[in-house]
Amino acid sequence: MSATTEYLASAVRVDAPPAILLDKVNKWFGSLHVLRDVCLNVATGERVVVCGPSGSGKSTLIRCINRLEIHQEGRIIVNGTELSDDIRALDEIRREVGMVFQSFNLFPHLTILENCTLAPIWVRNMPKQEAEALAMEYLTRVRIPEQAKKYPGQLSGGQQQRVAIARALCMKPKIMLFDEPTSALDPEMIKEVLDTMIGLAETGMTMICVTHEMGFARTVADRVVFMDQGEIVETGAPTQLFENPQTDRLKLFLSQILRGH
Amino acid sequence: MSGMTLDGTAPAAPRTPPLSQIGALGWMRANLFSSWMNGALTLVIGYLIVRWALGFFDWAFANAIWSVPNNQTQVCRDLKGIGACWAVITEKHRFILFGTYPYEQHWRPALCIVLFVALYIVSAMRRFWRKELALVWIATLGVIGVLMWGGVLGLPYVPQERWGGLVITLILATFGLAFAFPLAILVALGRRSKLPAIKALCVLYVELIRGVPLISLLFMASVMFPLFLPEGMNIDKLLRAQIAIILFAGAYLAEVVRGGLQALPRGQYEAAEALGLSYWQKTGFIILPQALRLVIPPLVNTFIGFFKDTSLVLIIGIFDLLTAGKTAIIEPAWQGFGIEVYLTVGAIYFVFCFAMSMYSQRLEAELNRHRRS
Repeated sequence: MSATTEYLASAVRVDAPPAILLDKVNKWFGSLHVLRDVCLNVATGERVVVCGPSGSGKSTLIRCINRLEIHQEGRIIVNGTELSDDIRALDEIRREVGMVFQSFNLFPHLTILENCTLAPIWVRNMPKQEAEALAMEYLTRVRIPEQAKKYPGQLSGGQQQRVAIARALCMKPKIMLFDEPTSALDPEMIKEVLDTMIGLAETGMTMICVTHEMGFARTVADRVVFMDQGEIVETGAPTQLFENPQTDRLKLFLSQILRGH
Repeated sequence: MSGMTLDGTAPAAPRTPPLSQIGALGWMRANLFSSWMNGALTLVIGYLIVRWALGFFDWAFANAIWSVPNNQTQVCRDLKGIGACWAVITEKHRFILFGTYPYEQHWRPALCIVLFVALYIVSAMRRFWRKELALVWIATLGVIGVLMWGGVLGLPYVPQERWGGLVITLILATFGLAFAFPLAILVALGRRSKLPAIKALCVLYVELIRGVPLISLLFMASVMFPLFLPEGMNIDKLLRAQIAIILFAGAYLAEVVRGGLQALPRGQYEAAEALGLSYWQKTGFIILPQALRLVIPPLVNTFIGFFKDTSLVLIIGIFDLLTAGKTAIIEPAWQGFGIEVYLTVGAIYFVFCFAMSMYSQRLEAELNRHRRS
């Protein structure tokens, strides 16, 4: 395990340009201040885990990165392009940023294969055969190629989430966002999804993952960000953060999580 | 459950339920004679149904008169209440189907009816659901227009005022729904638009049209609208009625479609957006296919309603199927045979509506197969 961690840590190119840059981002839902002066810098190839109590703004944070939520103040720069009202810039960013949702959000009226090939064909203008070959490659990588002709409703939750990962990867994104990918899964299915994500991390993908899975954070994360009440309270390497928390808020959070497990 | 019983012997072979619980006997016990009261009710209602059915059979078939020579309807009148006078249908069926269309040209509206029905059948088959189907529709509707109007290819010109009967009903319903449905989808999408002007326009359209009866809309189209046109300019009366029907159906269908759009979870929109699909790709591939499947029952409900509502054009003097039927029995010799005519016209409406209803049930089952896991 420690060998993997070391390997992963060395894979980060510290000198690489930032993949994602958040500068004093603020967001309100009505009068509720959900993101407060959030600054975060994610390097290319870096794997960041965001954790925090529910309602702390962590999901909102990563949903701002591909503009499923619109921030109201501050700047967000993804792969050198700033998020703004410019639709063309947004399309470009969304092509490069894959997202996996808590509730899978597969398209129930399309087969697994069609779920995976739709965006490559229509957004990347890839020929159908090439898109299908690519989809089968990623479905094989998440270990469910035999389900390609089925519909999402016929698969288990863990299988659906692995399809969702494959679907995002078929767009060959440079960055992957995970929004609590295991929170809606039965315990016995969490591991298969986490294993898939660990496998993905080993390829050097830039990842931001909102999760409560501390084991995953220790294995994969270069950095853990702890959020509470819309603020980033602490950030650091997983071992440092979990074993030597500096703030009371993080200490409280960790004790609650440990009690829960 | 394990295959062994508690004492270690093999499990007993499964037995069939007692005879009194299954089959026709079991069904009757459960549904018709479950108690004293229900048994008595079953017998009474059964007796009434059988008596009425026998009476109807006598009237409609056994004692019926199928044709009379030279409008000599006295035979029919003598049998009033005892036997049906289907002779009125034999005599007037052409008028009911084709209205006042020139007699020797009746093959043209007849062919149009056949074309309409063929178009419905082809469109109903999923294996023909391709882009080419749109061309087939355009071509067929074009051919129908040429056939009805004539004036080219050696066909004598027939003015619209002389069209009538079933073909008018089919024209109004088919063109009406074929244009209203796409309009409805656009309006439903517009009502959920983030652009305030588009949204306001769509809300205004739906609320305005829904707020008035179809009859008043038809009146406006036929009486008021021409007043605003410049002198000498005239738009065909049928076309004006057709546009009124399209606008009316569009508003109702838009609300049905919007119901489907609203039923989709937000995650579907977000997943499509996160993959980088454009608005129209997202709408065309993800949102509409799911939303429309959800609303097949209310959609077909509205379709059937509008098929029958086309009969309201009678108030502006267009001879649809129902009006043609009514007019057929104005002639003194045939007065008083309304029941026979209305039964026939009703049967024609029923065939079309029932076909729509049956088809929608099948389509629903087929398209929602993926939801069964």
